[in-house]
Amino acid sequence: MRVVVDFDLCQSNAVCQGIAPEVFEVRDDGYLYILNETPDASYRAKLEEAVRSCPTQAISIQED
Amino acid sequence: MRAAETLRREGFDGSLRIIGAEEHFPPFDRPPLSKQVLTDKWEPEKSRLRVGDLDAELMLGATVTRVDIGSRQLIVGGGGGGGGRAVDFDGLVIATGASPRTVPSVEALERVQTLRTIDDCLTLRRRFEDGGRVVVIGAGFIGSEVASSALERGLEVTVVEALEVPLLRVLGRELGGFCAQLQREAGVDLRLDVGLDHIEGNGSDSAMRVHLTDGAAVDAATVVVGIGVVPNVAWLTGTDLMIADGVVCDSRCRVLGSDGQPVPDIVAAGDVARWHNPLFDATMRIEHWTNATEGGEASARALLHGDDAPPYAPVPYFWSDQFAAKLQYIGHSQPSDELRIVEGDMASGRLVAAWGREGRTVAALCINRPNRTIPFRNAIAAAAPYPPEVA
Repeated sequence: MRVVVDFDLCQSNAVCQGIAPEVFEVRDDGYLYILNETPDASYRAKLEEAVRSCPTQAISIQED
Repeated sequence: MRAAETLRREGFDGSLRIIGAEEHFPPFDRPPLSKQVLTDKWEPEKSRLRVGDLDAELMLGATVTRVDIGSRQLIVGGGGGGGGRAVDFDGLVIATGASPRTVPSVEALERVQTLRTIDDCLTLRRRFEDGGRVVVIGAGFIGSEVASSALERGLEVTVVEALEVPLLRVLGRELGGFCAQLQREAGVDLRLDVGLDHIEGNGSDSAMRVHLTDGAAVDAATVVVGIGVVPNVAWLTGTDLMIADGVVCDSRCRVLGSDGQPVPDIVAAGDVARWHNPLFDATMRIEHWTNATEGGEASARALLHGDDAPPYAPVPYFWSDQFAAKLQYIGHSQPSDELRIVEGDMASGRLVAAWGREGRTVAALCINRPNRTIPFRNAIAAAAPYPPEVA
């Protein structure tokens, strides 16, 4: 699966980072960085939680 | 929505009915209503909530007027004396939210409004297009964001705040003063320590004269009242449920009866719910977006798993984008807590401030430092000592 962030919607709330810090990190420049765009299946539950929890609905999961 | 989604996701396959007072479905997300939709940056459709397939019966534009706990029946619609449609339930999620406080003496004036729904937002957006000065009563988060959006639309803006600085109760005097400075530097005519006295003019043309308690008067085409919200609990009058500034719940979002015990299979979440948060060992009613989603999920789990559901112990989180500044608040502070700036400073406009109580860090505010939000959230969740030293 592939993590997709709509950066027009992303407001760097960092809720995703709180759920999956191995995948999402808001850095000093204020922008969200995706540390791993294709995490393995063990991350599915956390990623789905991040999708649900993002306050601006900016995250989606693309199945490959 | 989150409660419904969680019920389905965690295996509830019985019948599900969603009853909502608003007409629209999927619902409109509220944060963009004071920001991108209001400034016309977004079409309204862009702010719809993404809702999965719930396999639910929807009753929209439907207001529950009363409930009989004993016979497990809601009455939808009907008048003061009776009537309406009876709806039976086994489990109930109370998520009726809150309604904006109004100023009764000016409520009936046409161009005086509150901002809560998509309809309020679109009305206000049209009024912005008419031009003229906008007067905002209240410099809380909604009032400040409306003011910020009005400035973005090129309008003249006056904000009237009854306390000595905006957000005094949440941020304290120093940080509230910083917010006041942000507003004034952006061009807001900010009036502090003063209230609304009365409004002259019939409100239906774009010419009102807003009189303040210090004797000053401001001409306005549009007035927005942003003085907080009141939980929607009137429909629960006459039941045995514990109501005290919201529906009172235990640490699993289960609604309490007057005997202090959870009422079977009734839970509450969001702006309407006052629950016991074990992380702070305090009851709280939180009006933030993340509480609506996380609380919705937790309340559904309580319905499904009872005592086996994990307690709902979030670190409350709120953000506000106003006057080109990003404010992020994590935790739960009280006015008596100690407060100090622990990183950055007001001069640079980038800082983190932290609140402490009994040697423990309980809250933090990041201004233009979004990368510090999660580290401080983790410190608060871990009950880090105060003042915090956060990596």
